[in-house]
This record gives sequence, C-alpha cells and structure tokens, in this order.
Amino acid sequence: MNPLGVAGGVLQAVVIVGGAPLVVGLMRQIRARLEGRAGAGVAQPWRDLRKQLRKQPASPRGTSEIYRSAPVLLVATTLVVAVVAPFVTTASALPAVADLFVVVALLALGTVMIALAGIDTGTAFGGMGASREVTILALVEPTVLVAIFALSVRAGSTNLSAIVGSVLDDPARLVSPASLLAAVALVVVIVAETGRLPVDNPATHLELTMVHEAMVLEYAGPDLALVELGSAMRLSVYLGLLANLFVPWGVATGPGVAALAVGVAAFAVKVTLLAAALALAEVFLAKLRLFRVPELLAGSFLLALLSVTTAYVLV
Amino acid sequence: MLSLWRKIRRTGRVAEPPPSADRPTPLTSELAGSVQIRHVDAGSCNGCEIEIGSAFGPVYDAERYGARLVASPRHADALLVTGAVTRNMAEPLRRTFEAVSAPKVVVAVGDCARDCGAFTGAYGVVGAVHDIVPVDLEVAGCPPRPEAIVEALRTLTGR
Amino acid sequence: MNPVEFGLAAAVAVGLAGTVAALLVPRPARPGVTGACVAVAGALGLTAGIAAVTGVTWSVHLPAVLPLAGVDLAVDGLSGVFLAVAGAVAVAAGIYGIGYARHGLDGRAVQAAFPMFVLSLLLVPAAGGVGTFGLCWELMALSSLILVLAEHRRRPAVASAGLWYAVMTHLGFVAILVGLLVAAGPADGGSFAAIRAAAPGLPPAVAGLAFMACLVGFGSKAGIVPLHAWLPRAHPEAPSHVSALMSAAMVNLGVYGVVRVGIDLLGGGPRWWWLLTLAVGAVSAVYGILQAVVAGDLKRLLGHSTTENMGLVLVGVGACGLFTVDGEAVLAALALTAALLHVIGHAAFKTLLFLSAGSVLHATGTRDLDALGGLRARMPATTAAFGLGALAASALPPGTAFVSEWLLLQSLVHGLPAAGVVASIVLPLGVAAVALTAGLAVATFVKAFGVGFLARPRGSGAAGARESPPTMLAGMALAAAACVGLAIAPMLVLPALAQVAGTLTRTGPPVSGAVTIELDGVAGAMSPVLLAAALVAGCVVVVVLVRVSAARPARRETRLWDCGGGPLTERMQYTATSFAEPLQRVFDNVLQPVQDIEVTHHRESQYLVEAVAYRRRVPDRIERRLYEPVLAAVAAWGRAGRRLATGSVHLYLGFGFAVLCGAFVMLVVTR
Repeated sequence: MNPLGVAGGVLQAVVIVGGAPLVVGLMRQIRARLEGRAGAGVAQPWRDLRKQLRKQPASPRGTSEIYRSAPVLLVATTLVVAVVAPFVTTASALPAVADLFVVVALLALGTVMIALAGIDTGTAFGGMGASREVTILALVEPTVLVAIFALSVRAGSTNLSAIVGSVLDDPARLVSPASLLAAVALVVVIVAETGRLPVDNPATHLELTMVHEAMVLEYAGPDLALVELGSAMRLSVYLGLLANLFVPWGVATGPGVAALAVGVAAFAVKVTLLAAALALAEVFLAKLRLFRVPELLAGSFLLALLSVTTAYVLV
Repeated sequence: MLSLWRKIRRTGRVAEPPPSADRPTPLTSELAGSVQIRHVDAGSCNGCEIEIGSAFGPVYDAERYGARLVASPRHADALLVTGAVTRNMAEPLRRTFEAVSAPKVVVAVGDCARDCGAFTGAYGVVGAVHDIVPVDLEVAGCPPRPEAIVEALRTLTGR
Repeated sequence: MNPVEFGLAAAVAVGLAGTVAALLVPRPARPGVTGACVAVAGALGLTAGIAAVTGVTWSVHLPAVLPLAGVDLAVDGLSGVFLAVAGAVAVAAGIYGIGYARHGLDGRAVQAAFPMFVLSLLLVPAAGGVGTFGLCWELMALSSLILVLAEHRRRPAVASAGLWYAVMTHLGFVAILVGLLVAAGPADGGSFAAIRAAAPGLPPAVAGLAFMACLVGFGSKAGIVPLHAWLPRAHPEAPSHVSALMSAAMVNLGVYGVVRVGIDLLGGGPRWWWLLTLAVGAVSAVYGILQAVVAGDLKRLLGHSTTENMGLVLVGVGACGLFTVDGEAVLAALALTAALLHVIGHAAFKTLLFLSAGSVLHATGTRDLDALGGLRARMPATTAAFGLGALAASALPPGTAFVSEWLLLQSLVHGLPAAGVVASIVLPLGVAAVALTAGLAVATFVKAFGVGFLARPRGSGAAGARESPPTMLAGMALAAAACVGLAIAPMLVLPALAQVAGTLTRTGPPVSGAVTIELDGVAGAMSPVLLAAALVAGCVVVVVLVRVSAARPARRETRLWDCGGGPLTERMQYTATSFAEPLQRVFDNVLQPVQDIEVTHHRESQYLVEAVAYRRRVPDRIERRLYEPVLAAVAAWGRAGRRLATGSVHLYLGFGFAVLCGAFVMLVVTR
C-alpha cells in the first residue's frame, strides 16, 4: 500500500462513480441521435439518480435483508474493483486484491446478490430474471477465466498491474493472435455481463424479454439509484478493464500530478471511445432469443480456448 | 447493415423543435429534470395510446425533456392514466397509485380520463380518473395531440 | 507423551466407550451420550491431526492385536490433514446428532454404529500398513452402511440406496486391496514404509496396475465419475449428520488414498497416471455440478456437489503429479496445497450445508426444493447457516472455496509455460473445466439458497416450519465458524498444508505470508482478509453516502407489485425446476432430460384444456449406459445359474460326483 496507490485508488473511484452515469448518458445520446431524436442529454442519468435519491424506498412484504442489502453490495463490489484495478495508475491501493480472478469474482458477486434479491421478492418476474441472469453468468464465467488465463500466461502473473505493465514493456505482444482472440472473446463476454444488446435490451419495457431489468422491478428510490449506479459503474469498469488490458498507454506508471492527470484523461478517452463504439454497434443489432445466447457465449468460449493454445504455441 | 447506415445518414434528425421555447415551471421541484412515467390504460379506446406512442417517438421526442416510460410503477414518478376508469381497472389503478413512491403525480390524458367523455354513464364505467386517484394534471383532447402531451410532460420535468 | 499418540489413543478409547454406552444406556439418554462421545473423540482426533500436521510424527507396530499381520499405525503430515478434517467434522456432527437423533434415530444399532464410524474415519488415515488399512476401511464401510440404512423403515428408497452403497463400496474395496497387494508384492512385509522402500524397484507395468486399481477403488469412494452412482443415492437417504460425515470426511479418504499411494508410496510415476487423474477429476467436476444444477432434491444436490468438489481436488492432485514428472517441484507443491486446502474448505462448507439441510428436513419434512421457500422468516439461523455455506461453496469472494480455487488456478496458470506439449493441451482444458464448474456452482447455490430459503413458502411443510433445537444449531455454528475462518484467514492453516505438500513433493512450502497469501517461486499474491475488509469498507461508504444524500430515508412496507391484478400466490413463484430450466436446455445434449407433458382436454371440446401435467426427470446418463448393461448381464448370469438348481437331490449328488472326479483327474494330471 503506497501513497500513489491510495491516491490513485481514490481518484479512480471518484472518476468512475462520477463518470459512469455520463458514459451511460453518452450511449443513450448516441443511440438517440442515430434514431433521429434529439436525446435527453449526456447528464440525464445523473438527473435520474438525483431524483431517485429524493424518493422514498420501499420494501415489499415478505422480503428479507438480502433484498435490502443487494443494491449496496452491487455498488460496493464494483467500487472495490474501481479502487484496486489499474484504470488510471498501475500502482494499486491494494495490490493483493488487484488480481484478475479476484476482480472477476467480485463483479460476479454483485450479479449474484441482485439475482438473489430478484428471487427474494417472490414474484414470477424476479425469479425469471434471476434464472436468466444466472444462466448467462454461469456461461460467461468460463470464457472470462480462460481469456484471463491466456492473458496471464503471457505476463506470467494474474496480477492486473503486472499484465498491464507487461504490455507496456512489450507492445509487440498486442498484435499476437492470442491477444486478439482473447480481446474478441472478452468483448462478447462484456456485452453479455453488462446486459447490452444483443444479449439483453437495457431499454426494454416488456417483462418477458427482460433479463437484468426483471430482477429489479421492485426497487424504488435510493435502492433503485444504487442499482442503476451499480450497473453503470459495472459497464465503465468492464470497458476500462478491456481498454487497459489491450491498450494500456496513458496509464500512470510513476508518481506525479501530471502523470495522474494524463492517466485520467487517457482513461476517459478510452472508455468514451469504447462506449461510443458499443452504442454504435447496438443500433445495428437486434436482441437475440434467449436460447441463442448460449451459442454466442460458446463461440466466445472457443475463441478464448484457441487464444490460450496459440499463446502457448506461438510464444 | 450498410443500407441501415445509409438510411440513418439520409434521415438525419427528425425531431421537431420544441413547441414553445420557454422553460415551464415544474409542478414539483423534487422531480425537476427527470420524470419516469408508468402508463396505465384504465379503459381507453387506444386512441390516447397511439398519441402517447407518438409523443415518445422520434418526431416529438418527449425523452429529450427528461421524461421516460418505465416498466414498473416502483420506478415511476408519474402515472399517465388514459381512458374512463372501468370496473375491472378501478382497483388495479388504485394499487398502481399505491405502488408509486412519494413524491408522485398523476396525469389524466384525454377527455375520457378527465370526465369519462363519450362513455359518461356507461354501465362498465366507474368514473373519471379523479374519482379513483388524486389527479395533478389534465390533458384535454379526444385524443389529445402529441404536442399537448409533450407540453404536460414538460410541466412535470420543467425542461 | 507424543500428542498424536495420546490424541489417537484417547479418541479410540472414547469412541469405543461411546459404542458400548449406546448399547447399554436407556433410549432417552442415548443420543446425548453417543453424541458427546463422538464430539469428544472428534476433538481428540482433531488435536492429534493438528499435532501431526505441525510436524509431530508417530508410528507403532502392535503385533499382538491382529493375527498374522499385526496392527501398523503411522501418522505423518498427510495423515494429519485428513485426521484433523475427520475429527473436526465429527465434533460438529456429534453435537448436531444429539438433537437430530430424537426423530426415530435413537435405536441401539444406529447409535452404536455412529461412534464406530467416526472411529474408523480417524483410523483410516492413521493406518500404516495394508492389513490395518484394509481393516479400518472395511470397518468404515460397514458402520457407514448401518447408518445409511437407519431410516429404512420409513422410506423404501433407503433400502435401494443401501444396496447400491454396499455393492459399490465393496467392489471399490476389492480394487483397493488388489492395488495395495500388487504394490506390496516385492516389499518386505505389508507396512507402508516397506512398500515405499520397495517402490523404485517395481516394474512400470506392475506399478501402473497398482495405481490404476487404487485409482478405481479410491475414486469410487470419492464419488468420481463414472463410479459415483452410489453417492447421490446414499447421501440423501442417510440421516443428515451422517451425510455430513460421509460427504465431508469419508469421501476425502478417497483422495487421501490416491495421494498416499500415487505420490507417497509409489513416488510419482509416469505422466499418463496424472493425466488420467486430472481428466477424471475434470470430468467429475463438470458432470457433478451439471447434475447438481438440475437436481430438485436439496440433499441430492449437495451429494452431486460433493462429486464436483472431489473432482476439483483430483484436478489439483493430477496437476501435482504432472508437475512432479516435469520436475516443477514448486508448482507441484502449490497444486497439492490447493487440493489439500480445497479438501479442508469442502469439509467445512459441506458439513455446514448438510447440517442445515438436515435442519430444514427436520422442520419441514421435505427435501424437495420445489416445495420449500420462505424459510428466512421461519428459520433465520438455519437460513443464515445455509447462506454462508452456499457462499463458501460457490467460489465467490469472500468465500472458502474461492481461496483454494484461486490457488489451483494459479498453479495451472504458471504450469502452462513450464509444461510440455501434452500439458499445453490438457491444462487449458483443465482451467476451462474448473471455470465452467465455478460458473455452474454459482448457479447451483443461487438456486439452492434462493429458491429453498428466500421468497415465500411453496408448500405446507415449509409454511409451518420452526427453528431447530439448540444442539443442532450449535453443530451448525461450529461448522459456520470454520467456514468463516477458512474464508477470511486461510493463512491459519495454509503454511502447515504447504509444509505437508512441500514434504511430499520434496521441496519447500510453496506459500508464505501472514495477511497476504504469497506464492513462493512464482509471481502471485492475494489477500482474502484485505479483500473482505475492502468489501466491508465499500459497503460502509455506500451506506453512508446514501444516508447523507437521500431525502426520505424512511422505508415503507408495501404489497408486492402484482401488476395491480390481485395478490400473487405462492404457486406463481419460480421453482427450482423452472429456475434451472434454461441451463437444462443449454446442456440438453449432455443431460438428456426426460420430459413428459400430458394435456387433458375438456370433455366438450378438444380446443379447451382441462389440465396440463408436466413431469421432468434427469436420469443419470452414465448410470444408464454403464451400469444398466452390467446389471442386466449379472442378472442374466444369475438366471442361467438358477437352471442348475432344480431341487432334485439326485442331480446335486451327480454334481458332487462330477466335481470329485474332476478333482481326482486334476490331481493325477498335476502330479
């Protein structure tokens, strides 16, 4: 635990909490413009959050503390990842937690809590959403871990800072087939995990087509604010991880205010570009049928496996 | 995919400019800038639904003022009620109103919702929306024009 | 006095006293006395095990106790690990059993078998020779069989489960005996020390035969696919504290056997042994968890999850052997450490899960997840216990299994660059299997906990449930404390385990550190306690920020959002079957479920439906393909043999005459 790491961790948390709703707003704005609309503006998610904090929270009868604590845990797990992972600086506040397996498992913990909360309400939609979310999670996990495996074999460690550092030291590795295959696999996985098209439609109003939304139908007020902030942060964290694992340039490796400022700017630019690309792609995609999603995920799993094999063969 | 891209390029922006340039004062300051809406069809002929649909379509684009349709009344701040309230929908309407957390507003859209319109005295009708739940705002018309609906939504969001 | 010797001797004395007491004490006091004896014997076994793990060894040869072979006992670090695990599980199960046995389990035979079973669990890892090992192993099989059959009067399924268990465990025993005897052939006597000394001189084919036979025998005890058929039968039908002992302590001994014979006695071996071990481990892990995710019976689900976890442990053992062959001693020690930690973690959370499942069964009278639910309000302590166990089992941080799976993945990640071509194909597949298992385990335990305990009761049993008596809760609390300890502070046990693994693989301990788990020799560090602290801090920050910024902090109670249309009934909730349906459909080709939809039409019109009956069963495919033909062949053989026994005395005299003539002819020819 060094001062740079702590400062960087706090800075990352502030940047991600502050910026994540803006990223979602940007994606909605891009989509609106492509649909010929004017759009609500990039800051609209923040207005929504501000308003939800003013509303009264509600607990349906028969729900337990799982229901009440799930939104807190969703944000807390993502917040821990935002603090420890190398987004702005490679000096981690808690190097012993900045492990790729740990980070992925922490994000999965948030998903599991929300799924349990969905079951806890005892509504048909809650159970349905939880069942679908957990199915997708169970199929996403192998791909993520195998893709991580491919990346860490190259770096000789599963520590995030070490992986990012190894790419900075040897940029030629980036264009290796292993790296590219892993990147493609991770993109598919991130789309599935953050509930974007074609796996889930974040803007749907129809309960039967919902995955993530169906689990949180009962939340109101600050609870809902936390759920939405949590989802937004997860999107930013995943995009940030993708960006820094494959295009780490700009991330601060040494101390200094200037280095940190460059790190923040580079991180913002990378995530914005990725989010814009994702929003652009979503306009051209329709939602897949639920039982076609496993095929997509199986494909990404194969890519990840291929990536490991090529990582070994073409070292 | 390319043809879709060409269509996007060709169409450009279809959203019309706001009907009036000045910002309305919001109904409650707590909802300023963001109102999530649950639509309840209490017994409408679906005329109002078509107009609400077009108010949220690209041309009128009510979302640009911070209004958004949501799937659950728990997420909502405003109920958009259409139609004269029928016997079967009176209780569900009451329950939907209960399900919305404070602060909340109710908008009665269309003449039927305001005073039962053509259905006054019909055997299946309990009454207008204000007979069941307190109404904060009314939109006249049978059906109301999308501009009127957008205008009402703007008084909610104040944008 | 040597603490190991003292602990074991005292445990044997207390255990035997418990057995005798169970036979003598009147019924009302019986569960209390045996439960207390079991707990004390377990605690003594635990202390002996801990002493052994910390480096105290002890061995003794008692020629007078058994004719011909005598009794050999030898306790080293590896025995100590399994001794301590069995002892610790017995403490929790013994205390729990006091309250649990009041429901028709206080018969003499059952209560007398309980301490015997625990005793045999303590003695198997302490055995130091083939004869002693076989004796203890058989004692363990018989005493556990009596316990599995405890409730045979109440449910017919118990008898069938007992039959499966008896046959499988004895076939396994035959394989183990063959393996050990083949290995002991050239050795000077049957003690493990003699086998170890003679092992380098064994021809490769003989050593391979010995290892294969042992892998089959021990694998069947560990519930490894395809020899797992008894496990999902016997575990649900046994009383729950016995299930806990079987699942958390007995199946481990299968792993103990593989490690003891393969790595210790035979000293490694060629690559194919370990590739095979790794492969069956990976297949078992995936197959076990796939069966668990679609299981609708709570205890059957836990039984399948045992297969999965033993599979993961064998992946670690296989990786250890593989790295040993490749000369990567540090990685081998790391993989073995991960496997041993997983054994301990699995014992802790599976004890907790089975005990809380027993508590549910006790209170609701059903194990069917589809009929449970809503237990949070009615059984808060049991719900908390099961929730903790589910978190521990699903490899999510901060959970028990997460630490061991992290270690296992670390050893596989670092093994890839070092290993050869075969390993470069096998290791990624191993990682993929571990990863798929981890994902499906999350789904399994979300289902078990969410559907079984949260929401509202789906059946009358669950609706009328009451919290279990304090002795049962005390047993669960002990297991829960072990789970939390292993999840937050694995460094309490890891250095000792690393030492044991290091000694077995002839290198130093691969793990060090106090707060952070630091890998020695390869890059890698992780701190479960810092992770947990960070999570708590994150929660506090979030709660404080929301409190500060929320305008209306008071929560209101509301009715469920039922779309405005009248109350939602319990029947409208998702059940375990519906929850697992998407996964079942995804893995359709592997599971091949049998579905039956029966539509009854209205009498007046075929367009009106009166009732729809839906039945779904997921039969075990391996069982159907592998066991049914064998069973059919055995039955056919039996029928053929029956033709010889017609009941005619003349014919039987004729048989006797023919055999006698044959014997004479043989004597003449061979002389």
